[in-house]
Amino acid sequence: MTLNHFLILLLPEITLTVAAFLVFILDMLVRGDEVRGSRLQWFAFLGVLLTLAATILVWPLAGASGLPISLDVGQGFGGDAAPMMVLDGLSLFFKLFTVLVLAIVVLSAGEYVRMHTRFRGEFYALVLLAGLSIMLASASTNLVMIYLSIEFLSITSYILTGYLRDDARSTEAAIKYFIYGAAASAVMLYGFSLLYGATGATGLVEIATALATGSVTLRWLIFPALVMVLAGLGFKIALVPFHQWSPDAYEGAPTPVTAFLSVGPKAAGFAVLIRFLIVALPAFQVNWSAVLAGVAIVTMSLGNLVALWQTNVKRLLAYSSIAQAGYMLIGLAALAPRADSWTTGLNGLLLYLFAYLFTNLGAFAVVIAVENRSGSANLPDFTGLLRRSPFLAVAMFVFLLSLIGIPPTGGFMGKLFVFGAAVQRQMILLAVVGVLNSVISVYYYYRIMQPMLFGQADGAEPIRVTPSMGLAVGVSLAMVLVIALYAEPFIRLATESAQVLAASF
Amino acid sequence: MDFPFLTLITFIPLVGVVIVALIPANREREIKWFSVVLSTIPLVLSIVMWALFDPGQGMQFAEEALWIPTLDVYYRMGVDGISLPLIFLTTLLTTLSLFYSAYTIKVRVKEFFALFLLLEMGMIGVFVALDLVLFYVFWEIGLVPMFLLIGIWGQPKDRPQYSAIKFFLYTLVGSVAMLLAFIGIYLTTGTWNILEIPMLGPLAGNPVLAVAGFWAIFLAFAIKVPMFPFHTWLPDAHTAAPTAGSVILAGVLLKLGGYGFIRILLPFFPDLFKQFAPFIGIIALISMIYGALVSMAQWDLKRLIAYSSVSHMGYFTLGLVAAAARLVAQDPILSSRAIALDGAILQMFNHGIITGGLFFLVGVIYERTHTRDLKAFGGLSAKLPIFYGVMLMTGLASLGLPGLAGFISEFLVFRGVFAIMPVYAIIGIIAIVLTAAYILWKIIQYVFLGEFSEEKWSAIFDREHWHFSLDMARFEIITMVPLLFFMLLVGIYPAPILAVINTASTALLSSLL
Repeated sequence: MTLNHFLILLLPEITLTVAAFLVFILDMLVRGDEVRGSRLQWFAFLGVLLTLAATILVWPLAGASGLPISLDVGQGFGGDAAPMMVLDGLSLFFKLFTVLVLAIVVLSAGEYVRMHTRFRGEFYALVLLAGLSIMLASASTNLVMIYLSIEFLSITSYILTGYLRDDARSTEAAIKYFIYGAAASAVMLYGFSLLYGATGATGLVEIATALATGSVTLRWLIFPALVMVLAGLGFKIALVPFHQWSPDAYEGAPTPVTAFLSVGPKAAGFAVLIRFLIVALPAFQVNWSAVLAGVAIVTMSLGNLVALWQTNVKRLLAYSSIAQAGYMLIGLAALAPRADSWTTGLNGLLLYLFAYLFTNLGAFAVVIAVENRSGSANLPDFTGLLRRSPFLAVAMFVFLLSLIGIPPTGGFMGKLFVFGAAVQRQMILLAVVGVLNSVISVYYYYRIMQPMLFGQADGAEPIRVTPSMGLAVGVSLAMVLVIALYAEPFIRLATESAQVLAASF
Repeated sequence: MDFPFLTLITFIPLVGVVIVALIPANREREIKWFSVVLSTIPLVLSIVMWALFDPGQGMQFAEEALWIPTLDVYYRMGVDGISLPLIFLTTLLTTLSLFYSAYTIKVRVKEFFALFLLLEMGMIGVFVALDLVLFYVFWEIGLVPMFLLIGIWGQPKDRPQYSAIKFFLYTLVGSVAMLLAFIGIYLTTGTWNILEIPMLGPLAGNPVLAVAGFWAIFLAFAIKVPMFPFHTWLPDAHTAAPTAGSVILAGVLLKLGGYGFIRILLPFFPDLFKQFAPFIGIIALISMIYGALVSMAQWDLKRLIAYSSVSHMGYFTLGLVAAAARLVAQDPILSSRAIALDGAILQMFNHGIITGGLFFLVGVIYERTHTRDLKAFGGLSAKLPIFYGVMLMTGLASLGLPGLAGFISEFLVFRGVFAIMPVYAIIGIIAIVLTAAYILWKIIQYVFLGEFSEEKWSAIFDREHWHFSLDMARFEIITMVPLLFFMLLVGIYPAPILAVINTASTALLSSLL
């Protein structure tokens, strides 16, 4: 592979990196405090759009089976033999996903960032870099690369969580997140080392090959290694029992960062988990499927039950997103070994994730808009929102319906596919627990709806929606509805992105 | 391509929602009258459709288009003799409710009318959908606006928010169970087509799953109908809902469950339905008698009528059970089954007309006095003679007086049930006696008869806020006239509507053999 070719395949990542560093530089060049924040925001948004263009540009290059990204520069530096990354359906899906996450987060962050911190350029740059790490993680095919990109994501996330350094809660959140994260990542690394020790390979494909040829004598090590890796990735996704950091981190972090954390790292965790389990450990599906089914059940149930008692909307949505990850996990637990079915589990997970992106980021955008006005994000702050801003209230209502899974919203399509996968695999208990949980979840989403729709706002002023916020909420709202009403392209996107891995079975 | 009646009837209300959303909120008059006029379009279309309907044929006005190809989901609609009367009922009650609300809704007018039209779309969609996914989508769409109608426009003293979320949760429990069953059915038959699935034997390979699927779908419809013991959301929802909301709730939403039983559960699982018929029949009897007894014990006029719905929908279920209890082709039995099913379907239509009317009439007295306490009234027949007359006629229709609508359907139900399950019929008759008791004793006697006391009346009559005539105002009379007309028409000359229903129910029953 030539250097030019190599660079083209990495175009989205390169564009994003350049954009992030240009934001750093522009932050120093542009003067004037009032306009600076908003200019940087739009510049970061432009960078995201260019990354989108780059992603679309490289899309056709992947082909049906994916293209390894590697540069032959001679001995000892990777080389064509052991590619670190791959350009395939799954990584393209997550590139697109990341771009969309960044776009909505950047759009909805503007006013909040202007109000809360003087350091605006760094904020957007760090968000873009966090996005870059998601792209890298989802394309990694090697344990080393996986670990590096996940660490990269973690470190940017820690900084972003503690971004409001004069705010004690923000700092506390960052410390908690960091300590949990360090431990989880150490455990995951230990798991990786066990895998390497047992199979003598760090490439995912090579691990699978080693296991398949039966040359592995320490086969019993694989299961503990699997559990340890699951702990590390479960931490990123916030699966129970590795979730304890998330409510505190979500509550303390600046709200746009919370929005990002609730979607971005989760997606990265799922991307790696999918690739790791399906490419490296297909032979152990019986094991990990059972473990994931159990984790899914406790994650959904605990997330939902604890969410019932929350009064802070950010915290409530934190537990909600724990539960949502539980639903998604059903798709992976009930992964169908054959690809000819309408729901392979994997396409359900991706579809769910895609719908969840717009739903959750949209909901957080509304929370940001409310918080900008009232200074906090507790349930009473939403009182009378239907009067104060009908647009935000209706949008929030639709987002909450989508989180519940009421049609016609994207959340419904996601649930239809993951529950469908569970029913197909005859994992009826999993499906029943799933639907019962979506009923339970109604009650705490209702606790947001209640003040918002039924509450009387006595003299509260209307909420003005900035153009960028309006765009973020509007696009999210439209997408949530479109994913259900015109589902075909999205189902196709999810199914084709999942296709490349189906070959592993 | 034929004229897309069903698409238009279903989605014209949605167009209305969009337009209402665009009208500024302070132009209340325009919003109100635009909504009323717009809602007459589906009404007129449904009447035209009925006129063009050929009773001899099965599904008509069918429309089909691929919606989600990878999932085999079709946008598939059609109408037969079972759904036609219910569509007409929906459009009629919606127009009347909007007309009535144009005079009585004073807060958040824009939201109210927009949501009401959205509700209409959801309800009609359920009656016309012939694809399980489409059915489910409309089923859930109808849930949301009703939830908001109860929660936002309910009277604060009736705990509207509690009632609204209770309604939402109860319905959703059933819905999600139903969704899982639908997925299972799709996985075994490979289609979502409601008309094709019965022939493909849904969940046939696995008897345990089939039973689970049967009860999952049963639960969804039983909650909606509602059947004892899943009925407890109903009185709360009714009490809290604004008048028009109660009318639609009783008049149409309960029918969604009944329609589901006939369109989905019975044809999908005829054998299981037959197997469980004795048990479901007992539930129906409990609903009938228990509903009537609890109704009799109420002192809140609206709650009384709410519980009477539990009882009256029990007649429907009993008729349905009888139709399902024997799967044989012998002629007398088949015709008894068809009679029972005809009665059940007609009972849904009649209950919509009659109980819808009763809720309007509760609204009449409630708007004047802001109370529904039966003990607060008395002797009103002299003060409000027109109201008395209308209430008497509607009440008598409800208790099944010959010559009025309720009698025909109840007679058909009992005639059919008696031939198939005589013991159930004999026990069920008790409910009719109890109905007469609560209508005549509780409503008529406590509200209208007895000594009129000026003191009592002036204590409750809210002169300041009532700007219309003391007796039924013109808009209230206009609202009731179509309902009274249909009570009489169906009571005296039911042949046209029965002809439509009978062909469909006979065809349905013969297909089950």
